[in-house]
Amino acid sequence: MTLPKPPKGNRAKTIITILVVLAIFVWAFAGISFNGIKVTAWQTVQSIVEGFTHPDWGYVWTGEGEDLISLLVETLAIAILGTIMSSLLSIPFGFWAARSRGQRKIVSSSGKFVSSAIRTFPDIILALLFIKMVGPGSFAGILALGVGAIGMLAKFYSESIEAMDHGPSESVVAAGGNKGKVLFFATLPQLVPEFLSYTLYRFEIAVRYATILGLVGAGGIGTPLIFALNARAWDRVGIILLGIIVMVTVIDIISGKLRQRLV
Amino acid sequence: MIPNQTTLPKKTGKVKFFTTLSMLLIIIVVSAIITDVDIWQLLTNLGQAGYILEQMSHPDWSYVSVVLGPLVETIRMAILGTAFGAILAFPFSLYVARNMESSKAVSGVLRFINNIIRTIPELLLAAVFVAVFGIGPFAGIIALAIFSFGMVTKLFFESIETIDEGPIEALKSSGANRLEIMRFGVIPQVISYYWNFVLFAFEINIRASTVLGYIGAGGIGIFLSRALKQVRYDRVAVIILIIFVVVLAIDYVSNKVREKLS
Repeated sequence: MTLPKPPKGNRAKTIITILVVLAIFVWAFAGISFNGIKVTAWQTVQSIVEGFTHPDWGYVWTGEGEDLISLLVETLAIAILGTIMSSLLSIPFGFWAARSRGQRKIVSSSGKFVSSAIRTFPDIILALLFIKMVGPGSFAGILALGVGAIGMLAKFYSESIEAMDHGPSESVVAAGGNKGKVLFFATLPQLVPEFLSYTLYRFEIAVRYATILGLVGAGGIGTPLIFALNARAWDRVGIILLGIIVMVTVIDIISGKLRQRLV
Repeated sequence: MIPNQTTLPKKTGKVKFFTTLSMLLIIIVVSAIITDVDIWQLLTNLGQAGYILEQMSHPDWSYVSVVLGPLVETIRMAILGTAFGAILAFPFSLYVARNMESSKAVSGVLRFINNIIRTIPELLLAAVFVAVFGIGPFAGIIALAIFSFGMVTKLFFESIETIDEGPIEALKSSGANRLEIMRFGVIPQVISYYWNFVLFAFEINIRASTVLGYIGAGGIGIFLSRALKQVRYDRVAVIILIIFVVVLAIDYVSNKVREKLS
């Protein structure tokens, strides 16, 4: 066990790096205009604190379907359907992007390119496009999550396909099994737990995304949040944020436990 | 996955399998009812989708010069947001890591706050800050900074917790104080992780900052919102293409820097 060597000789390099980072920082700073900041910001902060410490508890449940719990359930439903849709769509993409034996490299690299192209796309832009196609509402949100997650899931899926152990499938072939038997007794039992684990992980992210879809009109809890923000109804903003925090935390815990059982 | 698995995996019970499957189906159906899924609507609107794609296939290249300025603003926002968040995250992580002998109660509270911060998506933070500070890039920078802070802190303190205790003990036995232990025992072990996480946060922030403008938090997003309102899909296409190119370029640069670091 040795102590890390003191930096010698590359002091000039360190100084240059620091200068470059500083220059980038100054460049970024100089170009931002801070004119738009409201002078009332401090009062706003005070009323926010006031609102957050006295959340609008009456909004939690009104029984009319436009309350916190109903909309959180709707948000969750968007995340569930979006994730299921994307996990189904990602399977073919995953196999496409996976490098397998006896196959040209161009096939898998084109698959990798397509999934990384989808990954680049912010989900909100997809939501905006789907709103134009199917109108505002939850359905547009589901489609956005369903397509947007392909990029990430296909990458994970293809990686676990590439890392798959070929022993079991060779044994099935050696025992006289056909392609269907290989699929059911060797390939799927290996891949399904991993796929499910990644899908659950993606579901945790989808729940977070589903809360913001409403900001652009794609359903869920984001819609009343943006209304409350525009109306400066801080007590309502407070209760909605509280609801989101609780929901995301609970989902993370449940999904984490499920993932531990899978792997 | 189990390496060199030679036995066939155990079969799960049929009953368990079918209960899981039917539960999943019930969840799907209930979710579909709650969210008014209408596949028919999607199919009947395929024409609309075709129209949008058709319009988008002729990008309005003259629009590039208009959105270049806001694009640079977007990149600046991402740099500043990441930098502020990352600078704050450094001492914070050193304090809350479990092996750093900080006050248990204080670091517990700080970790709890960090967990809460990380449950709130960036765009929600931005929406709140737009309401506080008014429309403009400042709200976006603050939102990005808080998000990066939450993320870098979480990743960084977890990697601090896995460091080798040997150097620390050696320093302690030679009478080093807390700061010296940090400087010579802890930081050299984790600094490369830190830069990695900062770059990672920066990549995410570039993606996020492109849409922040849609809710008024500065950058190119405002032009996206404008073009969509004016039903100018040729312009939407230009903006999307530009975002695509920038994200790819930043990812490339950041990967190169990462290779240099390791």
